[in-house]
Amino acid sequence: MEYYEEPNARVALGLRRPEPGDWYHGYPEYHVERDDDKCIRCLVCVRQCPYDCTFYDPYRHGVYNVHENCVNCRRCEFMCPTSAIRMTKWGAGFRDNDNWKQKTIRTVYKQADSGAVSLTGLGNDREYVSYFDRMVIDASQVTNPSIDPLREPMELRAYIGKKPERHTNPPEVYPNLKAELPVIFAPMSFGAISFNFQRGLAMAAKEAGTYFNTGEGGLHPDLRQYGDHAIVQIASGRFGVSLDYLSNAAACEIKIGQGAKPGIGGHLPGEKVTWDVSRTRMIPEGSDALSPAPQHDIYSIEDLRLLIYGLKEATEYTRPVSVKIAAVHNVAAIASGIVRAGADIVVVDGFRGGTGAAPAVIRDHVGIPVEVALAQVDQRLREEGIRHQASLIAAGGIRSSADVIKGLALGADAFYIGTAAMVAVGCTACQQCHRGRCSWGITTNRPDLAPRLQPEVAAERLTNLLHGWAHEIKEMLGMMGLNSIESLRGNRLKLRGVGMTQVELDTLGIQQAGL
Amino acid sequence: MATEPTLAPAVMEPVVISAAGLSYRHLNEQVRSAIRSGATEITLNDVMGHRYIGTGIHAPGVTIHVNGVPGEDLGAFLDGPHIIVHNNAQDGVGNTMNEGRIEIHGQAGDVVGYGMRGGRILIRGDVGYRVGIHMKGYRDKQPLIVTGGCAGNFYGEYMAGGCQVLLGIGQSDKKPVVGQYCASGMHGGVMYIRGELDGWKLGKEVQQIPLDRHDREFLKPVLEDFCETFAVKEKLLEFDRFVRIAPVSARPYGRLYVY
Ligand code: SF4
Ligand code: SF4
Ligand code: SF4
Repeated sequence: MEYYEEPNARVALGLRRPEPGDWYHGYPEYHVERDDDKCIRCLVCVRQCPYDCTFYDPYRHGVYNVHENCVNCRRCEFMCPTSAIRMTKWGAGFRDNDNWKQKTIRTVYKQADSGAVSLTGLGNDREYVSYFDRMVIDASQVTNPSIDPLREPMELRAYIGKKPERHTNPPEVYPNLKAELPVIFAPMSFGAISFNFQRGLAMAAKEAGTYFNTGEGGLHPDLRQYGDHAIVQIASGRFGVSLDYLSNAAACEIKIGQGAKPGIGGHLPGEKVTWDVSRTRMIPEGSDALSPAPQHDIYSIEDLRLLIYGLKEATEYTRPVSVKIAAVHNVAAIASGIVRAGADIVVVDGFRGGTGAAPAVIRDHVGIPVEVALAQVDQRLREEGIRHQASLIAAGGIRSSADVIKGLALGADAFYIGTAAMVAVGCTACQQCHRGRCSWGITTNRPDLAPRLQPEVAAERLTNLLHGWAHEIKEMLGMMGLNSIESLRGNRLKLRGVGMTQVELDTLGIQQAGL
Repeated sequence: MATEPTLAPAVMEPVVISAAGLSYRHLNEQVRSAIRSGATEITLNDVMGHRYIGTGIHAPGVTIHVNGVPGEDLGAFLDGPHIIVHNNAQDGVGNTMNEGRIEIHGQAGDVVGYGMRGGRILIRGDVGYRVGIHMKGYRDKQPLIVTGGCAGNFYGEYMAGGCQVLLGIGQSDKKPVVGQYCASGMHGGVMYIRGELDGWKLGKEVQQIPLDRHDREFLKPVLEDFCETFAVKEKLLEFDRFVRIAPVSARPYGRLYVY
């Protein structure tokens, strides 16, 4: 196991050169600059760095770095009591070349070193166009007065699930999730994330009146009490899925795909399957937890229907059933099939969504942006007259309340936030989640690292984030002269595009700014 | 919602329900309400492809007899009951089953016992593709599937725990005991296969091992249970005809990735 390895002898000796054949580490990317005058040799940075990068040399009575191991997680910089540390880029890098960038070259080195699949974490980090950033929001002027959210009621509550087609007396009622704001924590499994972080998510979900999602890793016995605020996932590996798991939760979600890695499955390496993870997933300690992409009992929409109704039967039709897919080509047709199969909620996860671990080549090149997927799915379901049969949750790349407002106008009922929730509790987007030694205690269960995040602190910060967004959403609704998110849903007239082609505007179903 | 187990009265007449003309949803509602009112013996007659029989029922000590052919997902998420099918069954028997016992006095379709984590499934005849895939075992919860006949492709794929026994009764040159890609991706648990097994059909993650004393001790009661349940007279206890298949490593893909 990685954690129990002897400290790297090279690090202990402070030798810079990596082992022969390790070209990837031959060129440092970052430089840990330490102001020796300011440094008081407290060794905080030595203890805080989980990446074998910082060491103390008693002979020189100084603190030094093996720079090529540094991933720029900024933990040492954050913790240093005297602000002696400053991260910089290492030198000039390779000769300027827009085609062969540093990252491209280094990835080739890494694979030539190892012959393996290059793994990474978090979300797509490439420069694709962001449609969120090319949409602007309308506001009321003169003829349509805006509303002051501080003095007038604003409705942010989202009912998520199937709605009746028309009003009847008595009304038809279907099981719905009731979220006090249309923001839900994205699926992140215990194992991929630390217990403390998941507990923080659960506490914040309860506090803010929304939901967290267990991911495909089961529900820890200590979190059972948050069942009313839990959406539980059923994926191909069926980890931790039992009758109690299903019936104790607010909703069940069938995971078909993930935006960060459409078409490939989950794989929690054996070293992350600790005692606690093992009992939550109900598998032996130290064994690989394989969750391959295909659920081998689902080869068609009819098979999907079988599982959807199986879950409904198991929960006696008291819970909405959700189906989560990655945003890919033809997503609208797929979503239509899912709704017709009986799903109450469809989650569309865009290609900017995060992951605990994925091959870099897939994270960076597969899938489509959630903005276009969302617009197309909403449009298609409306055209087919089945939009009321399911709610639509957009995921993958929601960074702010502005994205929420824009997504609402494109037709979403609610949103999943994953990376934003991690950043709220300290994540610096260093993309090392797959290595299981997150220096902020978020995506690790290593006993020395996981306690760095305390559940109460996480819960408070997450609740703050949701409150902040809720206020902003109210402000933006008021500024548009609306008093509920219902009035904004699918209201694309409130959006305009800047710097897009006509095809892009048409795909999103919005008009050019100025018109 | 889980059906709460109620204390059964001392004597309760067996409940007989006719499924004729009922949708699966209504049939299953009737089964649940019978269990709630304390029935421990339920017989379902005229079953014609009704899905989800016994699905999501938490009721140890209840026996459900199924006369006719049940539909898909028989006993999915099953938690306790004993289901006896006096006929063939379709796909998805015992999907993600947790506890209980299912007996099929005929053949069963594809994906029997998907992600099963406890209890026992006994099948008299043949089974289809992908039987016992993703089976999990944890501590004292070790699921078991015994198949009397032969199995299709991907038998025990991704198996992570528990045990499968394949007896191959009725196998011949034209009908091999198991299809291709047997045990591919298997990384836990064990399977015992009786009869001729071509090595090339096995996934590369597993190895064949002759039985030892421990295996024989484990298999003996299992085989006796099978013979008794289905009144099988064939001598199954010739252990030299069995081979044990177990994974080489609990971490089949440990060296595939670079950080
Ligand atoms: S944390 Fe700051 S002051 Fe302490 S040893 Fe490191 S650089 Fe020096
Ligand atoms: S703590 Fe992070 S930023 Fe600091 S030296 Fe280690 S890897 Fe680099
Ligand atoms: S969760 Fe941790 S490892 Fe992952 S990107 Fe954030 S700081 Fe880095």
